[in-house]
Amino acid sequence: MHSSFAHLQGEENITEARGTGVDATMPFGNTHNQLKMNYTAEQEFPDLSQHNNHMAKVLTLEMYANLRDKQTPSGFTVDDVIQTGVDNPGHPFIMTVGCVAGDEETYEVFKDLLDPVIEDRHGGYKPTDKHKTDLNPDNLQGGDDLDPNYVLSSRVRTGRSIRGFCLPPHCSRGERRAIEGLSVEALGALDGDLKGKYYALKDMTEEEQQQLIDDHFLFDKPVSPLLLASGMARDWPDARGIWHNDNKTFLVWVNEEDHLRVISMQKGGNMKEVFNRFCTGLTKIEELFKEKGHEFMWNEHLGYVLTCPSNLGTGLRGGVHVKLPNLSKHEKFGEILKRLRLQKRGTGGVDTAAVGGVFDISNADRLGFSEVELVQMVVDGVKLLVEMEKHLEAGQSIDDLMPEQK
Amino acid sequence: TTNSIIPQKKKKISTFIYIPSTFIWRVLVCFYRVKMASSFARVLSSKRKVGILSLVGAGSLTVGFFLNKEQRVNAGAHVRRIYPPSAEYPDLRKHNNCMASHLTPAVYAKLCDKTTPNGYTLDLAIQTGVDNPGHPFIKTVGMVAGDEESYEVFADIFNPVIKERHNGYDPCNMKHPTDLDSSKIRGGQFDEKYVLSSRVRTGRSIRGLSLPPACTRAERREVERVVIDALAGLKGDLTGKYYSLTLMTEQEQQQLIDDHFLFDKPVSPLLTCAGMARDWPDARGIWHNNEKTFLVWVNEEDHTRVISMEKGGNMRRVFERFCKGLQEVERLIQEKGWEFMWNERLGYILTCPSNLGTGLRAGVHVTLPRLSKDPRFPKILDNLRLQKRGTGGVDTAAVGNTFDISNLDRLGQSEVQLVQTVIDGVNYLIECEKKLERGQDIKIPAPISQFK
Repeated sequence: MHSSFAHLQGEENITEARGTGVDATMPFGNTHNQLKMNYTAEQEFPDLSQHNNHMAKVLTLEMYANLRDKQTPSGFTVDDVIQTGVDNPGHPFIMTVGCVAGDEETYEVFKDLLDPVIEDRHGGYKPTDKHKTDLNPDNLQGGDDLDPNYVLSSRVRTGRSIRGFCLPPHCSRGERRAIEGLSVEALGALDGDLKGKYYALKDMTEEEQQQLIDDHFLFDKPVSPLLLASGMARDWPDARGIWHNDNKTFLVWVNEEDHLRVISMQKGGNMKEVFNRFCTGLTKIEELFKEKGHEFMWNEHLGYVLTCPSNLGTGLRGGVHVKLPNLSKHEKFGEILKRLRLQKRGTGGVDTAAVGGVFDISNADRLGFSEVELVQMVVDGVKLLVEMEKHLEAGQSIDDLMPEQK
Repeated sequence: TTNSIIPQKKKKISTFIYIPSTFIWRVLVCFYRVKMASSFARVLSSKRKVGILSLVGAGSLTVGFFLNKEQRVNAGAHVRRIYPPSAEYPDLRKHNNCMASHLTPAVYAKLCDKTTPNGYTLDLAIQTGVDNPGHPFIKTVGMVAGDEESYEVFADIFNPVIKERHNGYDPCNMKHPTDLDSSKIRGGQFDEKYVLSSRVRTGRSIRGLSLPPACTRAERREVERVVIDALAGLKGDLTGKYYSLTLMTEQEQQQLIDDHFLFDKPVSPLLTCAGMARDWPDARGIWHNNEKTFLVWVNEEDHTRVISMEKGGNMRRVFERFCKGLQEVERLIQEKGWEFMWNERLGYILTCPSNLGTGLRAGVHVTLPRLSKDPRFPKILDNLRLQKRGTGGVDTAAVGNTFDISNLDRLGQSEVQLVQTVIDGVNYLIECEKKLERGQDIKIPAPISQFK
């Protein structure tokens, strides 16, 4: 890409030429928001009568009327926040969030809407609560001895957003490319067992693509209407890519649902090692960004700020693929998971079914607990689940193993 | 009705300061204030504008500040980065659509900072074409209009796209004829041994309201209100009923499916990426007359899609009803002070540039078992300026020798001319089929002229 600096020197009228609508300095500014103001709040209020998501539960006409004339500094409006929730009424059984952030300020400007959504989604987390961040892997007890006969693989993922840039639902192509550039630069400076390579989605060769598919690393354009309706798949695959280390145990997705998704994983049950690498890698990456004058979006109330309110706090999902053919058929399986603050998914990830008795078990929480606390819950919880599975295999009852609600 | 904003190019005194990037995040500049607008036609005073241009180069960050006489500094608020057009220009190297063929970096740079009076931008117009690179064999349009003014404000890209899509019609120096006088039609009764059904469709947009890619919920509801109000005034064989997608009962839905009238939320990414499926199914619905021969879709891909159809080969009657219905609806909305979007350069204004002009597709379902297997079939269609589709509509395959045959052109010829073309053309095809039945040979007709 040619130096945009040289471009700047040659042209004096860059900012003055921008925009002829209401906000002339913002080519992506939300001049549309002004159009809506020609109608009353009632006329514009979405029909949420068929809806079952957090946004629809919380958004009243009065709240909408108060928020609709506001914008974040980058021009994100309440209608932008809720569009995905309006377009996707949801499912009677699965409660989706129904809103997204377009930038860091969204959580501030639209707190009247997002605070109750966050409280609802994150188990009663209050607007005054503080979130603690703990990425010191030494604080994790055990986790290196999960039985590999049952635990097939271990994985920890989170996301990070680069402060000062708009988030995937709202970023322009220029911003997204800048995010990619900064990320690739930072990741390029990693060394040791973290040394790796970046594969831009639009430039990868057939062989590279096949290899990434075989490694289960390749992510594709989102198909979920939950994501598409929020605008995060625009301009695909421009400025999207995958970075991974040579050992294939540390992986970063660039510009998918968040600026960065960071994943540490390996076969077997050594969650401690996975978490170690996770923390080391993240800390290193953060340092590298800081050297260049960038930091991650973070505050002491919401922790790490990501696109979806469901991923605030730690944004962490730590989990295992574990064989639980007997336990999964037990009538108390759901209750056990609930008490352990764990969640089950199929091995294809969210919204997939389990195959052959193998489940993806991970922490249910994201916000209000630190990274160490969440991974600890996974480690302790999975240990117990494997214990129970062994009991059931041997024909024994598991009643005396039932855990307390954490 | 909308006011148009004339861009004000004001001379600004600008001071250019280089500030190390580590400093910027301690001195954040708030460069605008949020104001409630009572009208959307206003221009900010340039004195209050502070632009921040942030540049990212390899290995270094240098930030330039453009400061005007007044500046507002507000620590804690981040500023939207503004990149030069070259950094925002989409990557179209793998693309095959009309927009990608004509959107050069120069055109992009010229248009990227313009907005229509409603606030629609170039990036919004081209998003569907950026998101959908297209197919090597099928060249899609790759852009849409968010409102009537889009075709003016972004004329530098729309005009070449229109010219390519409409086979050379040049919006800069040609006029489009509109003619809905069905009495001018000659013939129009097909041999029903071959023609199973006849249909004419078009679209109409309500002037003053944004188009489906851009409309707000309230605007869309207003379109619905205006249209069903007018349709309720139709009488005689056009008397009918409206079925709102949000309110219809299970039985109504089933009946509409059985009649093949029901339309569903678009799944084509060409449409969804343009934003026209937002808020589905709010303010969408289907109106049809009691005889089920005149049908109007509300707020699908356009404000309205108007369809006249019947079983059999009486295209003449189908077109008569079509014209009568359209003219009646137009009269009824005019009584209330509304009108359709139309101008003499582009005819009827619709969301997709491919539907400008007449927006008309007149066609038949016709069985041509022998002709369809003849290798000259495509050339015959071509010369007759006809197009074949499967009986499921666009992008479907033919089933059992029955084809959907319709006019190729939309813009540059009138409704009467296009329907006549279809009538004459389909008659020719039937003649060919009959000849082949009798073992006689057929001839490829001379190509008919495009712009009459």
